[in-house]
Amino acid sequence: MSTTSEETYAEIADQSPVVTVRHARQRRAARVTSVTAVLAAVCFAVFCVSLSVGDYNIPVPDVVATLFGGGDQASEFIINELRLPRALTAVLTGAAFGLSGAIFQTLVRNPLASPDLIGITQGASASAVICILGFGLSGFVVSVGAFAGALATALVIYLLAWRDGISGYRFVLIGIAMAAMLMSVISYMMTRAEVYDAQQALVWLTGSLNAKTWATVKIIAWASAVLMPLAVLVGRGLQVLQMGDDAAKSLGHRVERSRLSLIVIAVALAAVATAAAGPVVFVAFVAAPIARRLVGHNGLALVPAALVGALVMLASDFVAQHAFPGTQFPVGVVTGVVGAPYLLWLLVTTNRVGRGG
Amino acid sequence: MSTATTNRVPDRIDTHDAQRRRSRTVLIGGLVAAVAVLFVVALLSVFLGTRSISPGQIFDTFFQYDSENTDHLVVWTLRVPRTLAGILVGVALGLAGAVMQGVARNPLADPGLLGVNAGAALAVVCAISVLGVGSAMGYVWFAFVGAAVVAVAVYLIGSLGREGATPVKLALAGAAMTAALQSITTAILLTDVATFDKFRFWTVGSLSGRKLELVAQMAPFIVAGVVLALCTGRLLNALSLGDDVARGLGQRVALARGLSAAAVVLLCGAATALAGPITFLGLTIPHVARLITGPDYRWILPYSMVLAPILLLVSDIVGRLVAKPGELQVGIVMAIIGAPFFILLVRRRKLAEL
Repeated sequence: MSTTSEETYAEIADQSPVVTVRHARQRRAARVTSVTAVLAAVCFAVFCVSLSVGDYNIPVPDVVATLFGGGDQASEFIINELRLPRALTAVLTGAAFGLSGAIFQTLVRNPLASPDLIGITQGASASAVICILGFGLSGFVVSVGAFAGALATALVIYLLAWRDGISGYRFVLIGIAMAAMLMSVISYMMTRAEVYDAQQALVWLTGSLNAKTWATVKIIAWASAVLMPLAVLVGRGLQVLQMGDDAAKSLGHRVERSRLSLIVIAVALAAVATAAAGPVVFVAFVAAPIARRLVGHNGLALVPAALVGALVMLASDFVAQHAFPGTQFPVGVVTGVVGAPYLLWLLVTTNRVGRGG
Repeated sequence: MSTATTNRVPDRIDTHDAQRRRSRTVLIGGLVAAVAVLFVVALLSVFLGTRSISPGQIFDTFFQYDSENTDHLVVWTLRVPRTLAGILVGVALGLAGAVMQGVARNPLADPGLLGVNAGAALAVVCAISVLGVGSAMGYVWFAFVGAAVVAVAVYLIGSLGREGATPVKLALAGAAMTAALQSITTAILLTDVATFDKFRFWTVGSLSGRKLELVAQMAPFIVAGVVLALCTGRLLNALSLGDDVARGLGQRVALARGLSAAAVVLLCGAATALAGPITFLGLTIPHVARLITGPDYRWILPYSMVLAPILLLVSDIVGRLVAKPGELQVGIVMAIIGAPFFILLVRRRKLAEL
């Protein structure tokens, strides 16, 4: 989607190279800012709508008033105690998945690399399924187990992939092998359990935002407050890393250290999000490509990617709750269906060739 | 690209060696050895199992068949079809994985990328829940048609827009389709306990209880796929240089991709119909082959084709022996055995990137 019209070409012809580059940079920065602002606004709009719709409808203006502390008692209870935790969990987990996926895809320079390809979410899932089916646990404990499982898996992959440094490619391949092992553990548990218990586990494995309370929100909010700014800050190094190790080194970039910190951040984000909402498919995978298309150049778009993730999650959860009267599906059932059209739109409109996303 | 004759055991290959072509003699020797190993493993698969049968009885099965003899029946109706199914499925998935990685120019591509597994799964779930089909035999055609239809759809969607089915668009189309179909499958499974109860056993992937007729029905598809796939070696080599270079070399890029995709559809559709969705094999075996052969697809393809069934059959034998009198499904065992082995390989060698 190049926006260069004939006039701009004429302009470019009259300019010195320095001015041309400066203009291009300014245009780019302006576009990133505007895309980010629009995404944030759309996110907020969907957020408000998801707070207003339910068994008891609250008009959107009242929702906004309640959010800023001016609603009546009934809507205050419904929004603050029931709907707000769920919507906030959706926003935060979606953003975390989006960021994590964006970092992995850029780090490995492969659009197929996302946390659910390389075993992080499978580690969380296997641990959770063992908690649910092996020990008959439920609720918050399962989330803690999932978080521990994700971190343990990441650590094992890291140790196995370490050989005079970490190559992103080796990390991913070993992650795939780990993912396969963990998946077979999950399948084994599923074939050995009572069918009703297995179905409970399936709900968790699909990813669900049902019955999220402030306790969940608190944890993920703290984690996000630490991890997300870090990701954006350290993420600047990604642009240098994208040039390849040798180029980055010659620019004085500390390749190993920057790569390690990015892996740690991306893993932690995926682990927190999976622990809170379960392994919701597709959000991490699709956020970065969509964000990059919207921003419209081949750079990094970490903040837009996080916002796209949040938006996909919110919209999917809204559909999952209200699209089928009588059945509340887990959000993971919808993310794929909602995300797929976007991706197809990407495909049809994409005019870049090569290995990017 | 110099041809170096290295007769030492390639223990630690540095970057240069991996880029270099090994001598043809060594590669042919390796392939013959691998075929021999496959033959031995296939024999073991007939000789070993939950039930102890003496070698004498097994030979009699083939030379003096007695339909009253339980041992003969077990060998002829259970173990032989199972072994043949294992070989066919392994060959299909190993080859399809290598072709897919070449077409998608992506070392992380696997046969499932075209959406075959998701398509087969959805078709099987619909067969169980809507039509009440209840046996592995009954799922076969549903799985095959589901896999084939979805794979073709993914390929067509990937071809939309400019440039045709570029690697990136294929990957995106496959992932989108897989996610969408998986969601529908999960939605049905969550609302229908009876279907879920049957489906959870199919989705693990297994070779048990496959009848000889079924294997015979699927064999032509796989043979056709193998012939097609083995012809694509040169095309994949050209494609791996990028579309523009391939065109410059006089390749018809769209045709090459179409042929390769057709091979993948045939191979994966039939394999998934036979054994259920088996992952891991198609993704990892081509990497193992690449470690041995270097980046030349004319060698990667035959090696993948022979190495994959070895791993699959060994996993199946182990699954039969460890959990007597029951058995573990081959999909589970393969990941447990194959993953550590693969990790070891990845750690030891400098990987040839695509």
